Amino acid sequence: MARTLLDKVWEAHSVRTLPSGQTQLLIGLHLIHEVTTPQAFQMLKDAKLKVRMPERTFGTLDHIIPTTDQARPYADPMAEDMAAHMYRNMKDFGLNLFDMATGKQGIVHVIGPELGLTQPGMTIACGDSHTATHGAVGAIAFGIGTTQVRDVLATQCLSMAKPKLRQVRVDGTLARGVYAKDVILAIINQLGVKGGVGYAYEYAGDAIDRMTMEERLTLCNMSIEGGARFGYVNPDATTIEYLRGRPYAPAGEKFERAVGWWKSVATEPGATFDDVKRIDGNALEPVVTWGINPEMSVGVTQRIPAPESAPEAERPTYREALAHMGFEAGQPIKGAKIDVAFVGSCTNGRLSDLRIAAEVAKKGKVAKHVRALIVPGSQQVAKAAEAEGLHEIFQAAGFQWRKAGCSMCLGMNDDKLQGREMSASSSNRNFIGRQGSPTGRTLLMSPAMVAAAAITGSVADVREILK
Amino acid sequence: MSTVTDFKRRQISGRGIPVTGNDIDTDRIIPARFLKAVTFEGMGEHAFEDARKQNPEHPFNSPAYKGASVLVVGQNFGCGSSREHAPQALMRWGISTIVGGSFGEIFFGNCVMLGIPCLVATQADLEWLQKAIERAPQTPVQVDVEKQEVRFGDRVIKATVPDGPRNQLVAGTWDSTAVLLEAGAAIEATAGKLPYVQGF
Repeated sequence: MARTLLDKVWEAHSVRTLPSGQTQLLIGLHLIHEVTTPQAFQMLKDAKLKVRMPERTFGTLDHIIPTTDQARPYADPMAEDMAAHMYRNMKDFGLNLFDMATGKQGIVHVIGPELGLTQPGMTIACGDSHTATHGAVGAIAFGIGTTQVRDVLATQCLSMAKPKLRQVRVDGTLARGVYAKDVILAIINQLGVKGGVGYAYEYAGDAIDRMTMEERLTLCNMSIEGGARFGYVNPDATTIEYLRGRPYAPAGEKFERAVGWWKSVATEPGATFDDVKRIDGNALEPVVTWGINPEMSVGVTQRIPAPESAPEAERPTYREALAHMGFEAGQPIKGAKIDVAFVGSCTNGRLSDLRIAAEVAKKGKVAKHVRALIVPGSQQVAKAAEAEGLHEIFQAAGFQWRKAGCSMCLGMNDDKLQGREMSASSSNRNFIGRQGSPTGRTLLMSPAMVAAAAITGSVADVREILK
Repeated sequence: MSTVTDFKRRQISGRGIPVTGNDIDTDRIIPARFLKAVTFEGMGEHAFEDARKQNPEHPFNSPAYKGASVLVVGQNFGCGSSREHAPQALMRWGISTIVGGSFGEIFFGNCVMLGIPCLVATQADLEWLQKAIERAPQTPVQVDVEKQEVRFGDRVIKATVPDGPRNQLVAGTWDSTAVLLEAGAAIEATAGKLPYVQGF
């Protein structure tokens, strides 16, 4: 019987079936950051346990670090304490840390693929829900909590149940101005924020086949926002060319042998799925969220829906969303005034994202009332962007050019919304309070659309700017 | 020091607290600014902090629910961020069991790791249970994880937990490090068969 990537990778990493019936799953790559690990290391110390396979864990600093001055000690004493714990724990347990001095620091989900640590056929875990990102290369990659981080450190394993598998097919050709971000927002809108609970998503179809690796990373990143703990794209020629020459990817003859194995883990023709959903890529326009979860979105030419248009059970959430956002049902999303523009995050903080945003930034200047931040996803992204002069384009247009980190995606450093500010954001969550202000408001969209909103001062249709 | 029996989560009884609404994410349960602490200590007092400040009527503010331990929620509770700080905050506030329509999967897994059963009931039963608790907050909610049912007063509703986690909770093996370590050399043997671990 034809098998899926999920079947093959799960089986290859299955250590045994536990008495509970769950699988003891080996984790091939463990990525860690400063926020969700100090308690796990403390648990390890308390239990006098060592790290089982220290060469399979890699860490970085991304969530709490400032994006202005990154010299230590950090101005925020709690951030400094957290960083100090990270350095000490990495040293005490003999683990690899990509800090600022290495030139390889960045958001954990940007640097994993960028360094070639992330490879097809792996199981990857990280104390971070956006670990789903790494599925873009054909890995089974998912977020875990801190006690599970302890388990991976101590045993290199997790107790897991194999999810059902849904194939999400996107066929057709994306129009100019429509990007991977719009595709995943449309998928979440159509399948719902809880549509993926109990499932993993296999993304397929010719629109996905044509995507670059960076686009696939954006796509898989937000699987969790649709309720799916992980999502993946089968490895293909795009995957192989992306990995060739990366520092932690195999080299020479080993690379050729790796390619053979990577191809062998892909889903076989004729494999069956628990469910198949189809999205028409031809029909998509730039998408903007209007509410308080990533499902609540419309095309940029559309109007904000009325609660009555939603199923009965969803209507209270719709009303809460309209009240929080200060929107009226029936109002066009285009023209909604913004205060802040943010391009960055593990969703859209890669070089191609910055290039697209810069292309739009060339068309105007940041509106006077808008505070606009460009935060590269990693030091290497920043360096590559600067080599192309993107930072100068942004600065000339009135955007702030920052250093790499998670920044305003979750507001754990100084990059926060103030009061009820409205943010046009290339990040992944529009939850109440997400961007650092309990009353702050977030409109999720592609980096191109964020740049368009920044120079317009309100939600704009980037297709009109780019034409 | 706890004994193994203390870990078994078969029957749990405690007063209930209803938090209505769907898609309550982990940012809402514990805002990110509280994640800057390097321990989970004191996390309980910040559970739902911003929601409580914005809404004085929030159940976590109400004296009627002081000392409650069975949280009854809606659909997709705990979606979003993987932060274990969310179940840690609820647990340290006093929550020992959650009954809802569905749960964010990472949140659900984190709860299992802390020995907090998350049971799934129908929308109709949840609405009934939430209203019944509002009317009689002193009445205990009796949760039977093994039988997969919840009793309130004289009514019993079905509330399920998937087999794997239920077995872990009932057997008291949810704190999984020791169980995983029992695999011993089989861990290295599995790793040894993976081409990428062997360096191709």
